[in-house]
Amino acid sequence: MGVLLEVKGLQTQFFTQDGVVNAVNGISYVLNEKETLAIVGESGSGKSVSVLSVMRLIPSPPGKIVAGEVIFEGQDVLKLDDEAIRHIRGNHIAMIFQDPMTSLNPVLTIYQQIGEALQLHLGMDKAQARQRAAELLEMVGIPEAENRLDDYPHQFSGGMRQRVMIAIGLSCNPKLLIADEPTTALDVTIQAQIVELVKKLKNDIGMAVIWITHDLGVVAGIAERVIVMYAGGIVEQAEVHELYANPRHPYTLGLLKSIPRMDMKRSQRLEPIEGLPPDLINLPPGCPFAPRCKYRIDRCTQEKPPLKEISPGHEVACWVDVTEGIGS
Amino acid sequence: MTNTAQNDILLEVKNLKMHFPITKGIVIQRTVGAVKAVDGLNFFIRRGETLGLVGESGCGKSTTGRSILQLYKPTAGQVIFKGEELTKMKRGHLRAMRRQMQIIFQDPYASLNPRMTVGAIIGEPLEIHHLAAGKEKRERVQQLLRQVGLNPYFVNRYPHEFSGGQRQRIGVARALAVNPEFIVCDEPISALDVSIQAQIINLLEELQGEYSLTYLFIAHDLSVVRHISDRVAVMYLGKIVELANRDELYENPQHPYTQALLSAVPIPDPVVEERRQRIILQGDVPSPVNPPKGCNFVTRCPRAMDICHEKEPPFRDMGGDHYTACWLYE
Ligand SMILES: Nc1ncnc2c1ncn2[C@@H]1O[C@H](COP(=O)(O)OP(=O)(O)OP(=O)(O)O)[C@@H](O)[C@H]1O
Ligand SMILES: Nc1ncnc2c1ncn2[C@@H]1O[C@H](COP(=O)(O)OP(=O)(O)OP(=O)(O)O)[C@@H](O)[C@H]1O
Ligand SMILES: [Mg+2]
Ligand SMILES: [Mg+2]
Repeated sequence: MGVLLEVKGLQTQFFTQDGVVNAVNGISYVLNEKETLAIVGESGSGKSVSVLSVMRLIPSPPGKIVAGEVIFEGQDVLKLDDEAIRHIRGNHIAMIFQDPMTSLNPVLTIYQQIGEALQLHLGMDKAQARQRAAELLEMVGIPEAENRLDDYPHQFSGGMRQRVMIAIGLSCNPKLLIADEPTTALDVTIQAQIVELVKKLKNDIGMAVIWITHDLGVVAGIAERVIVMYAGGIVEQAEVHELYANPRHPYTLGLLKSIPRMDMKRSQRLEPIEGLPPDLINLPPGCPFAPRCKYRIDRCTQEKPPLKEISPGHEVACWVDVTEGIGS
Repeated sequence: MTNTAQNDILLEVKNLKMHFPITKGIVIQRTVGAVKAVDGLNFFIRRGETLGLVGESGCGKSTTGRSILQLYKPTAGQVIFKGEELTKMKRGHLRAMRRQMQIIFQDPYASLNPRMTVGAIIGEPLEIHHLAAGKEKRERVQQLLRQVGLNPYFVNRYPHEFSGGQRQRIGVARALAVNPEFIVCDEPISALDVSIQAQIINLLEELQGEYSLTYLFIAHDLSVVRHISDRVAVMYLGKIVELANRDELYENPQHPYTQALLSAVPIPDPVVEERRQRIILQGDVPSPVNPPKGCNFVTRCPRAMDICHEKEPPFRDMGGDHYTACWLYE
């Protein structure tokens, strides 16, 4: 499988009144064609900013991509002019967001929102575009799609609006779908519908997917590979089975221990991760997780650990080997 | 039910209904319909236990909690707390009862008054109920802060100076201030980060052990509910469709909605996820203004029969403290 996207040393900052927010701090990863990659991490860890940077959608000011390369199909997206980047966004990379209500335009009908893209990017006439729009809505499971083309977003439920967003995203046969917490605002039964839908479409169309979430359950069901982010950096990255069977960063380990599992009888007590994530304006000098880490050694507070490969495809940024026990 | 068992019951809800009127007209308001947010609930909570209440957004969980506490005046039914009926109680008496029943809200950002110090927020219920003043109040507030794992020096700070998890601790301290017996926890962890949620769950569990608290724990996260509850009630469109002991409900769900709901919950284990068979429900939850005829779940039920379109199923005792409302078992 070929490489579709390569992100190298990407660094994005926000220049605010309170200081410089280090939102994304030099992350690197590779996404293969047709692969599903999940990015997990808690609120503020830089998940959205990292993919918005890839799409060149960072508001500037206050934001700025200060370093790095984003190689998509061989060209550096960060060096493209505005027209070329719009072409990529319209034809090759689609993005769906957490809140389907704010990303659909409330005063335009569903057809106006899908059809516009089809006419603009694929050069269809109106009749073709209407037919294709109805097909796309059928494909994402909207019943009687033809009759709903002239409805407005508020006439759809949250789950249906998210389906419409996916239909719009798919309208140009993208090679990459970036989904930023597409199910977080939805109920579990609707979430299950959307997850199944994306899995099916991915197989049918053969696109790659980057799925952002904070839900380790969703990750386990959808991802082939997983990136764990903390305080703007990647702390661990592995194939999905490897990550859950053999988590090696104390933060990943902590996350997995702090969540109850629905399929298990009650375990004794949850083990929370004590403390809070660091302030991104004043990051600690060493490892950003060190203040909360029970494996911490002196080196952790002085020197930031690089991401290094511990077995094929499994990378961890930690000075300590957690399999050897606490504080070794 | 025997007498001893009845003594064990702290709270009982009978045929509880909360319908919000929909009105039209500006000068002369006419009622043109009603949101049947809660539509005939029957359940009890034993002293010292945690009853989990789960269901999807809009099914009536918060309304249930608020109607129990008489923050809404229920449309019909009874709420019996320690043997006393609350829905028809006089104000003064109700206020005294309220001291024993508190609530922790979902949103730790919206639920604390931003212009009050933490000390004032936690001390307020002590004043309202004339429980402590002056130095005694200050000491009690500091003690409460310590109990919820916050530094007692924080009394003079304002809510915006705290993180989400810390604010939720402040909400817990405020609820505990008046030594309640019963607390409605309305999604107390939903707004918090995964790594912080476990901190609050553990705190609620510790406090329950220490003060023999009884909880109604409202949540949509079924994994958390399994962890914290003794018994679990599943709601759909204003009604309880199933209620059972925790492990019984999760291992032996009877109602098709419970089965679908449990099958939709993702499990953080890729090996398990690969093997799982999901029941994917079609469509969306109907509006509580126009619930379907017959069973409320009939429009999405994969096993609907003719009778389900005609008559509402009774809430039936399946034995072993397990109740469900479904025609499959009649
Ligand atoms: N426009 C902006 N101005 C200033 N800071 C910003 C801006 N956008 C994002 N940030 C900051 O960048 C950091 C990373 O934000 P990001 O939205 O990527 O987090 P996230 O991991 O997606 O979190 P969530 O799970 O809450 O969506 C945060 O500290 C955030 O406050
Ligand atoms: N004050 C009110 N006036 C009118 N309708 C209301 C009111 N409060 C709630 N409702 C409606 O009653 C129904 C139940 O709402 P409720 O807040 O109890 O649901 P919930 O189960 O707590 O949902 P969530 O999980 O989203 O918090 C919804 O349709 C809601 O819109
Ligand atoms: Mg985000
Ligand atoms: Mg609610």
